[in-house]
Parts: sequence; C-alpha cells; structure tokens
Amino acid sequence: MDRAKQCRWLVALSLLMTAGFVGADWSNINMRQGVTEISREVFDLHMVMLYVCIVIGIVVFGAMIISMLIHRKSIGAIPATFHDSTMVEIGWTVVPVIILVILAFPATQTLNAMYDASDADIDIEVRGLQWKWQYTYLNDDPAKEVSFISTMLTPADEIYNRAPKRENYLLDVDNELVIPVNKRVRFLITSADVIHSWWVPDFAVKKDAIPGFVHESWAVAEKVGTYRGKCAELCGKDHGFMPVVVRVVEQEEYDTWLAEKQAEAAEVFNTIGKTWTEAELMAEGEAVYNQSCASCHQANGQGLPPAFPALAGQGLSVGPIAEHIDIVLNGKAGTAMQAFGQQLNAAQLAGVITYERNSWGNKGDSVQPSEIHKMLGGQ
Amino acid sequence: MSAVIEEHHHDDHHHGPAKGLMRWVFTTNHKDIGTLYLWFSFIMFLLGGSFALVIRAELFQPGLQIVEPEFFNQLTTMHGLVMVFGAVMPAFVGLANWLVPMMIGAPDMALPRMNNYSFWILPFAFTMLASTFFMEGGAPNFGWTFYAPLSTDQGPPSTTLFIFAVHLMGISSIMGSINVVVTILNLRAPGMTLMQMPLFVWTWLITAYLLIAVMPVLAGVVTMMLMDIHFGTAFFNAGGGGDPVLFQHVFWFFGHPEVYIMILPAFGVVSAIIPTFARKRLFGYPSMVYATSSIAFLSFIVWAHHMFTVGIPLAGELYFMYATMLIAVPTGVKVFNWVATMWGGSMTFETPMLFAIAFVVLFTIGGLSGLMLAIVPADFQYHDTYFVVAHFHYVLVPGSVFSIMAAVYYWLPKWTGNMYNETLGKTHFWLSFIGINVLFFPQHFVGLAGMPRRIPDYALQFADYNMVSTVGAFLFGFSQLLFMFIVIQTIRGGKKATDRVWEGAHGLEWTIPSPAPYHTFSTPPKDLTEAHG
Amino acid sequence: MSTATDEAYESYYVPADSKLPIFASLGIFLTVFGMGNILIDMTAGAEHSIGAYIMMVGGLVLGSTLFFWFKTVIEENHAKMYSNQLNRSFVWGMSWFIFSEVMFFAAFFGTLFYVRVFVIDWIGGVGDRGPSNMLWPDYTPEWPLLNTPDPEQFPGAHKPMGWFGLPLANTILLMTSSFTVTMAHHGIKEGNRKKIINWLALTVALGVAFLICQVLEYYEAYAHLGLTLDSGIYGTTFFMLTGFHGAHVTLGTFMLAVMLGRAIKGHFTADDCFGFEAAAWYWHFVDVVWVGLFLFVYILGS
Ligand code: HEA
Ligand code: HEA
Ligand code: HEC
Ligand code: CUA
Ligand SMILES: [Cu+2]
Repeated sequence: MDRAKQCRWLVALSLLMTAGFVGADWSNINMRQGVTEISREVFDLHMVMLYVCIVIGIVVFGAMIISMLIHRKSIGAIPATFHDSTMVEIGWTVVPVIILVILAFPATQTLNAMYDASDADIDIEVRGLQWKWQYTYLNDDPAKEVSFISTMLTPADEIYNRAPKRENYLLDVDNELVIPVNKRVRFLITSADVIHSWWVPDFAVKKDAIPGFVHESWAVAEKVGTYRGKCAELCGKDHGFMPVVVRVVEQEEYDTWLAEKQAEAAEVFNTIGKTWTEAELMAEGEAVYNQSCASCHQANGQGLPPAFPALAGQGLSVGPIAEHIDIVLNGKAGTAMQAFGQQLNAAQLAGVITYERNSWGNKGDSVQPSEIHKMLGGQ
Repeated sequence: MSAVIEEHHHDDHHHGPAKGLMRWVFTTNHKDIGTLYLWFSFIMFLLGGSFALVIRAELFQPGLQIVEPEFFNQLTTMHGLVMVFGAVMPAFVGLANWLVPMMIGAPDMALPRMNNYSFWILPFAFTMLASTFFMEGGAPNFGWTFYAPLSTDQGPPSTTLFIFAVHLMGISSIMGSINVVVTILNLRAPGMTLMQMPLFVWTWLITAYLLIAVMPVLAGVVTMMLMDIHFGTAFFNAGGGGDPVLFQHVFWFFGHPEVYIMILPAFGVVSAIIPTFARKRLFGYPSMVYATSSIAFLSFIVWAHHMFTVGIPLAGELYFMYATMLIAVPTGVKVFNWVATMWGGSMTFETPMLFAIAFVVLFTIGGLSGLMLAIVPADFQYHDTYFVVAHFHYVLVPGSVFSIMAAVYYWLPKWTGNMYNETLGKTHFWLSFIGINVLFFPQHFVGLAGMPRRIPDYALQFADYNMVSTVGAFLFGFSQLLFMFIVIQTIRGGKKATDRVWEGAHGLEWTIPSPAPYHTFSTPPKDLTEAHG
Repeated sequence: MSTATDEAYESYYVPADSKLPIFASLGIFLTVFGMGNILIDMTAGAEHSIGAYIMMVGGLVLGSTLFFWFKTVIEENHAKMYSNQLNRSFVWGMSWFIFSEVMFFAAFFGTLFYVRVFVIDWIGGVGDRGPSNMLWPDYTPEWPLLNTPDPEQFPGAHKPMGWFGLPLANTILLMTSSFTVTMAHHGIKEGNRKKIINWLALTVALGVAFLICQVLEYYEAYAHLGLTLDSGIYGTTFFMLTGFHGAHVTLGTFMLAVMLGRAIKGHFTADDCFGFEAAAWYWHFVDVVWVGLFLFVYILGS
C-alpha cells in the first residue's frame, strides 16, 4: 500500500469510529441517569469527566499520531536536538492544574449535597446479611415497625442453565423495598456479618454496610417504578446473588402497603400463641429452610464442609434441642452462622428447627412457636 | 563455608558461572538472579493468566457453567495476588537486577548473597500460596484486598498460610529493595551524579523506597489479621471497639503506593526506549525526575480513594478526592515529556518501540479512567464495578506488562547476544495489542451499565460485551505463548547482536559486549559520556 | 570503619556462589509453614500439630544458616576483603532495614491513634460517621475502653495498666541501656577491651531485666487487671504494641549478646566495628520505640 492510500484508509477508519461513537446507542453502555436529582448530577459529572478525558486523549494521542506520521526515519526525518524547555514544562503543569480545579467545584457541590442526610420523611434500616437484605421501617412506636427479609428469587435451575433464563435474571427478589415517590427517604445501612454494599444505580446510592456501624444515605425518587441494583462488595460465596430491588410507588399505594404489612405482622403475632401441629411446623419449616438456610447448609442438609457444616445425621440438629435453638436464634459469632432470632419470627423459627430435626433421616422432637417467642424475650 | 573464602583469594572476580543446575541455586551474580526473577515472573504470569482465563470462560455467558461461586472467588483472589506479587513485581526486580549495575557501572548488586536470598524466598512463598488450592476449605477466597471481616471471621483455614506467604513476600521485597537502594546510592561509577543516572535507575530508586516504606505496613496488617483470627483480638471487630474499616485504611496505605510500585519502573523502561527509537534525547529529564518523586510522595496520601463508599466523613472524602486528582499533574508531565521526545525525532518502529508507544496510549487511557474514579460522587457509581476492573487492567496490563515486554525485547539482544525475530516480535505485538483492547475496553461499558466485580454470574443485559471480552482474553492469553517462543528462540540462537544493538541507544550498558559478560565493570568505567540515558 | 584499600572503587568484593541463601530460604519457609500449621491446628482445636516439628526443623536450618552466614561475613572481613565502599553498603543496608522497622511500628501506632481518636467515638454515634449507637445502646465512648460494645465476646479489662511501677521501671532500664551501649562504643573507640566488655555485659543484663519485667507485667495484666488479648481494643492494641516491641527487644538483646561474645574474642577495633554499631543502632531504635510506647500506650493511655 502506498502512503496516500494508507492515509485515506486511516482517515476513513477514524471517521467511521467517530460516527460509531456519536451515533451509538449509549443507553445500554453508559451510566444510568437515574431518577433522583443527585443521580442526574452524578451523571452530568460523569459525562463532563468523560468529555474532558476524551479531549485530553485526542490532544495527546493526536500529537503522537502526527509525530509518528511525520517524524519517522523512513521518510527521512532528521532528529531535532531540543530536549528541554522550562516554559513548556511549566505550561503543561499549570494547565492540568487549572482543569482539575475547575472539575473539583461541581464534584464538591454534589458531594456536599449527598452527605446531607438530615430532614428525612422516612427512616429505613438496611441490614446486609449473607446473602440477603433485611429492611426495617423504623417507627417511634416499636409495635408499628415493619421488618422483612429480601432474598433473590431466581431459581437454581435458571442459574445452572437447566431452565431458560427469564427477564430480570438474578435481579428479582421476593420482598421488594417499597418507598413513596418524592419523599426524602433516609437509609441507615449496616450489616450483621461481613461487609456488603447497598447499591441502587438509579438513586446513585452506594454505601458499604459495615458490621457494627451504621452509615447514612438518602434519596428522593422522582418517578414511580421498579429500580434494581446489587450488593457491590465481595461478601462471600453468593455475593453475586444478592440483588436490591426498590419499588417506588405513589404515596397512597405506599400507605396501604405499609398498613397491610403492619397488619400482617400483627397476624403472625396472633398465630404464635396457638399450638401448631407437627405437619404445620414441618410445612412452615421447609419453606423457611429453603429460603434462608439452604444456601449454606444445602437443600439436602449436607452442607458444604468445612465452611458450612452438614445438619443431616450429625451435630446439634440431632443433639439436645436447647443448643440447637440457641445457635439458630443467636448464631455463632465469628462464623457465617447468623442470629436468625433477629430475622425470622417465632413461628418460622419453630418451624425451621422442627424441620431440621425431622428431615434427611433426622428423627427428633419439635418446638412450639410460643416457646421460641418466650426465648426471644416476648411475654 | 570457609572454602568459599579460600577460593576467593586466588580468583577474585574472574570466575565464570558455575556449571549445571546448581549455578542457579547458589548464584550471587546479578545477571543470573535477574534471569531467575524474570523466568519466575513469567511462570507466575502464565499461572495467574490461566486463572484469569478460567474466570473469563465462566463469564463467557450468563449462568454457572464451569466453576462454582466458591471456587470462582478463589480464582479471582489468586489471580490478583499471583499477578501483582508473583508476575509484575518480580519482573521489575528482575529488570533492576540485570540493568541497574550495568547502567551505573557497578560490578554487581551491593549485597549479592542477600540478593540470591531475596529471590529464592519467592518460589517457596508462592508454592505455599498455590498449594492452598488443595487444602481443605480451598484457597483464599476474599479478593486480593482480603477485607476483614470476610477474611478474618470467615476465611478458610488456608488464610493463615496466605498470611505467612505475604510475610515471606514482604521479606523478599524489602531485602530486594534495600539491595537496589544501596547499589544505586553506593555503587555508582565514580563521577556519576544522581542527575546523570538513566531514568530507569531513578524510577527504581524511588520504587525501592516506596517498597521499603509500605511492605512493612502490609506485614503489619496481615499480622493484625492473624491476631484476630487466632488470638481473639478485636482490631477489626466493632464488638470489641475495633473497626473493619481500619483494615482498609492500613491495607490501602500499603495498597495505593503498591500500584505505583508497579508503574514507576515501567515509566523508567519507557523513558529508555522512546529516546532510542526517536533518536533524540529524552525531553525534560529533570522534570521527569521531579515528577516521579512527586508521584511517589503523593502516593502516600491518597489511599482512601479506594474507600469512597465506605462511609468516611465528608472532610475525608473531599481531601482524598483533591489529593488523588493532583496525581494527574506529575503523571501528565511524564506523558507530555514522552510525546515531546517523540516530537521532532527520527522514529523507527521496532517491537520495543511499538510496545512503548502502546504503553503511552493505553496507560493514559487507564490513567484518565483513574481520574474519573477520583471524582467521589461519580465513584459511588463506578466503585466495585467492571469500570474499575477496566481501569486497573489498562494501567497494569498494557501498562506494566507491556513495559516489561518492551524491556525484554529491548534488552534481550544485550542479554543473549542474539537478535530476536523482528517479524514474530511485531506479530506478537499486534496480537497482544488487539487482544488487550478487545479484552478490556468493553469492560468499561459493562461497568458503567452496572455490572459489579467479583461475581461469577451476571444479569442478561451484560451478556454481549462479556462474550467479546472473553474472546479478547483468549486471544491475548494465547499470544503470550508466542512471546515465550520468541524469547526461547532468541536465547538459543539467531542473528548476532552488535554491542550497541540499537542505532540510537545510549547508556553504559550498550558500551559492553553483547551478550554482556558474566562480570561487567569489575573496575568502574572511566568514560561516562555515555551514561546519561 | 574498615581496613581495606583506600582505592575503594577498585575492588568491590563480589562473593562467589554461596549455599547460604538457599538454606536460609528453606529455613525461613519451613519455620513459617510450621508456624502456620500450628496456628491452624490450634484454632481448629486439635491436640497436636505436626507444624511443631516442621517449625523446629525450620528454625534449626534457619538459625544454623544464619550462624554460618555471619561467620562467613566476619571471616571475610578479617581476611580484609571488604573495602570502605562495601562497608558503606552495610551501613546503608542497616539504615534502610531500620527504616522498614519504623514503618512496621508505624502501622501499629497508626492503628492505636485511629482507634483512640476516631473509632471509639464513632461507635457511640459521636462524630461524622452515622448513628452507630443504634446498634450499641449501652455503650459510652471512653479510653481506655473497659466497657466494650459487646462485653459477651470481649469482656473488657477491670482496670487499665498504669504507667507507674513496672512500665516506669522498664523505661528507666531501657534508657540506661542506651547509655551503657554508648559507653561500650566509647570503649571500642578507645581500644579499651575491658571497658567494652563491661559496658556491653551491663547492656545485655539490662535488656534481660527489661524482658523479665515485661513478663511480670503481662502476668499482672492477665491475673489482676483482666487485661487480656480478647478484652477488646484496649487489650488488643496494648498487647500488639508492647508485644511486638518485646519481640524486638529480645532480638536486640540477642544481637548485643553476640556482640559481647565477639568483643570477648577481641573482634572490634576503632575503625572496624560495624557489627557492633549495627546492633547498637538497632538497640537505640528499640529504645526510641519504647519511649513512644510509654507515652502513647501508658501515660496517655490510662
Ligand atoms: C499500575 C497501577 C495503577 C496506576 C498507575 C493507577 C493510577 C491511578 N488510579 Fe488506580 N487502581 C489500580 C491501579 C492503578 N491505578 C488498581 C489495581 C485499582 C483497584 C484495586 C482494587 O480495588 O482491587 C485501582 C483503583 C483506583 C481507584 C478506586 C476505584 C474504586 O474502587 O472505586 C481510584 C479512585 O480514585 C483510582 C484512581 C487512580 C488515579 C487518579 C490514578 C492516576 O495515577 C492516573 C494518572 C494518569 C493520568 C491522569 C493520565 C495521564 C495524564 C495526562 C495526559 C495529563 C492531563 C490530564 C488531566 C489534566 C486530567 N484507581
Ligand atoms: C498485574 C496484574 C494483572 C494482570 C497482568 C492481569 C491480567 C488479566 N486479568 Fe486481571 N486482575 C488483577 C490484576 C491483573 N490481571 C487484579 C489485581 C484483579 C482484582 C482481583 C480481585 O478482585 O481481588 C484482577 C481481576 C480480574 C478480573 C475480574 C474478576 C472478578 O472481579 O471476579 C478479570 C475478569 O475478566 C480479569 C481478567 C484478566 C485477564 C483476562 C488478564 C489477561 O491479561 C491474562 C492473560 C492470560 C495469560 C497470560 C494466560 C496465558 C496462559 C496460557 C495461554 C495457558 C498456558 C498455560 C500454562 C503453560 C500453564 N482480572
Ligand atoms: C451464611 C451461611 C449460613 C446460613 C444462611 C445458615 N447457616 Fe447455619 N451454620 C453456618 C455455619 C458457618 C455454621 C457453623 C458454625 C460453627 O462454626 O459452629 C452453622 C451452624 C449451624 C448449626 C449447628 C450445626 C452443628 O451441628 O454444629 C445449625 C443447627 C444451623 N446452622 C442451622 C441453621 C438454620 C436453621 C438456618 C436458617 C434459618 C441456617 N443455619 C442458615 C452457616 C449458615
Ligand atoms: Cu453482599 Cu456482596
Ligand atoms: Cu489507588
């Protein structure tokens, strides 16, 4: 190829790339603008940074390319002898400083706004647990507090390619976080075990959940809809399977939803008092087990030793029930075994303990929700 | 032991290499040790690379196909550890060993036996580390950053061996760096001032200083982990008054300078190669030295930019954002100086030059994405996504790794006395160049679109770019076998290299024969006109 | 410092092949591998650990290799193979090694500082890191932290370790030893062997006395104050800092004891005593760290 032809190719190629760049559909490959004022500011910051970087790139790489084209030995270039210039050096030290100072202003402003978590309408405690989220709607009256666990819905069959993957693969949960539109919601983020990170891209909220500490973040969602995110900090085996789903609804819908949840809680409270049959307990327990325990101890009770012990035919599940109850309610500090007394209600706990003592060949006694309720400090 | 001394009386410096395998085990020669480091590093590169290829294969499609999540985490962790501590750092130490004495006219490294000790600790350390794959509970699975309490409360039993492996690497690095510093400060040919040293020597002097300063801190943080795991202390446990975030502060106080440890020597390499092939002196030598020093200084005060989402107070976020942004300034000076060196030159494009130019371009891309990461509000969206993965691979692979390859092509004729096959070298370059961009460029997009790192499976909208990325990974990975072939071919024979090798090369190492004799500069060179690189 | 040629640059001594480093590598590897296994087995609750044997072998290999290594170096030095320039390498090498030790301690001092100044308050919801007191309603920020947030897992100490008594005694011991080691140095400069040996022996004795006091102090902490490794962050930082310092004193004392042995053999002369000087610098460094400890851990800590 002669040189002219080469040049034409180069020009055509760069035109093509520029066209592709400008014309491309960015929505799927760029940051999301999101639905809060903050998230849009963040998006703008991102785009400004991106453009600044592209311009710097064009200048620097442009100079290099030109130099490579015209200062090559093969076309007879003679090396120049300059190798120093204080003026130039000062220039390309000062100009970047100026660019950076200009960039720092909007970044500082946005950050200031993000850090001001005062005057919230609603406070929600977000607690990361291996590998699910617990949401508690804080209320001055503890009886009105609503708390539930949000776990990924995607079944193992889809993950292991035994069933076709549906929309929202890995991004669906059983219980979404529900918040009202246009209300300032404060998230109090913490963790019960290791570090997680609660991330909703559409709110530009990403905050690490540190065990033993509570960190604040907030959002005012301006559009009704369902927004999906993920746990963003490596938190063990199923870190990839820990989605966050927030449903933003109109205020009225939120109110009804909250009332329902509160009623549900009261309902459960009532069932605790009654005496459950073995079959009822087993049915309740199986559901709870598969939802809350199987990720570690496995559906067949075999666990994944040595990290996660088997429950079938060994250990506390076939030993004295008091110790069994203790570990399920209080967990074991310094291991992945969580204190389920803070996550499940008495009926669920009684169910799952009974289930563990009477499954996979285990044959043992059962426990009533009312007993568990007492141990949890209820009257 | 006294036999060693006896031997010395009669043939002071003129012994050649010993025969057989034991030559490599017992050697005190900086060139032998450099070679050992380089081969060790290449093996680790293949090992860490094959972990990466399994990772990429798993991520080829959504769903779990090849590995279980638990094992995936082990692969990610070991990939990061092996690449950082096993591939890139030892490669630069190998280059330092080969080149620093030759560039400053020294007979060898200052403390040759300790030099050998520094090297031979590494194979033991990495054997111990790699063997944890076969332990009950598997290899470390908490990421190369091993954040507590995942690593302390829930780490597998192998965590303890991992900690001791880190201690060993630390000891090795500290001794290696002390050797480099002492060599540079004490063994320069008489009359060579600091400002006459080639930039590669300068960058290594500063790198070694960084290493001596931060490797002990890494040792400190793993020791705290060890205490928390086995002795019930509460460093990283709020229940006892500690703080998991403390771990991150101490880790990143090491970790951020660490990433500059992996790039400063690369700057040195590139600053040697570009002038050679542009046939023009390096532009702005003094400002290059000052820029390197500023980068090193700043690297100590920016660590928390890895922790923006952790919840540190506002004042801290702002301070660390500003400080981090500042690093762009001295780094920019370096980039501009390289461009100015090329400008007005008379360039040819042999393989080392191609790698060096690709370095400047692709490192700058990585650096610019680093600058984006420094903007705290935006980092809330980028953090722990593939955007970060793209950033650091751009600075590490076409950054550090390309510079290492450039260095190998550039100095291989001096080391072996033979020219490598230029056509194959260029082929290797283009395959790598295309491979690397296909591999890592799409990761910017999936990252922005919201794909987190360290996950074995992902949502459907990320499928296309992950597939592309995996194809690039295999292209890049298998191209490295060509690299291995070229190097071995060159060692075994080929066109004889001249002493100067490259038309535009300057520096003391080009004044000695090719291949470089086993002992060089037993008496220091008198003529230093060549010295200034 | 040295004897060899003044034509420093003419003959930098490059040793021939050596078997020492590979054995040292093997030794250090076996030592830590054994130690790792001991710890793993200990925490898993096993009764015995083969780690103990591995570590013993490793320690033996490492120890004897180092012995021969230093022996070689000393012999080479006596054989006048070292130039002034090479001695400067040793000086630089030792200085940078001490610098690395400084950074090692800096990590622990930094930890103490961070915990004391920030974390203690943050857990109580004071300061700019969120309302963490939600999780620990019974907790009040104080230092030394005796009432830990989670007293079940980390029962706090009953009483902090005061600075009076053993710690003060230890301070005096170490300060004195810094003085005595300097006197020994003067002895070398004056070529007065008797003086060297006496002062050095005194220094070693002071080092040993310090260690004994520290053992007593630890006993006191465990037996009477409830101050233990698992008594929360106060115990954690206390034992980490003093423990690592103690380990360094042990090493320093050992180094000085070796130097004492060498002095008895008549090794040091006014211009050839780098081994002694290295040990003395190390000792001064350990001393300075102690002053920091005394200030930050004991006086300001209780
Ligand atoms: C060789 C390694 C290397 C290098 C050189 C860099 C260089 C930089 N890095 Fe990077 N970084 C890593 C390796 C490296 N990094 C790694 C491994 C991680 C992830 C660790 C982990 O979590 O596992 C990481 C993560 C990381 C983060 C954390 C992201 C997150 O987790 O959320 C941040 C945030 O600020 C960051 C910033 C920067 C900056 C500002 C630079 C700057 O030094 C870049 C400077 C260069 C330029 C800017 C380009 C050239 C300059 C010009 C052409 C001048 C003109 C420019 C302007 C005026 C703007 N890096
Ligand atoms: C210098 C460091 C370095 C280098 C060179 C690389 C090189 C590569 N990295 Fe690396 N990477 C890191 C440092 C590095 N990485 C770090 C620090 C992390 C973070 C870890 C963490 O999250 O904790 C990471 C994480 C990381 C991830 C994210 C994983 C996750 O988040 O789960 C991915 C995914 O694509 C990836 C891919 C690759 C690929 C494809 C290469 C390619 O360049 C590799 C090229 C491949 C080869 C060179 C293989 C050649 C081998 C053969 C062809 C087979 C022959 C085999 C034998 C003879 C035995 N890396
Ligand atoms: C995140 C992982 C995880 C989840 C989820 C989990 N466990 Fe566990 N479990 C563990 C670990 C780890 C241990 C071992 C603790 C130890 O070291 O003693 C354990 C131990 C146990 C034991 C004692 C076993 C023995 O014999 O010592 C029981 C019983 C148990 N879990 C029940 C449950 C129940 C019931 C659930 C669900 C409601 C559950 N676990 C959910 C990780 C988990
Ligand atoms: Cu929870 Cu990742
Ligand atoms: Cu960094």
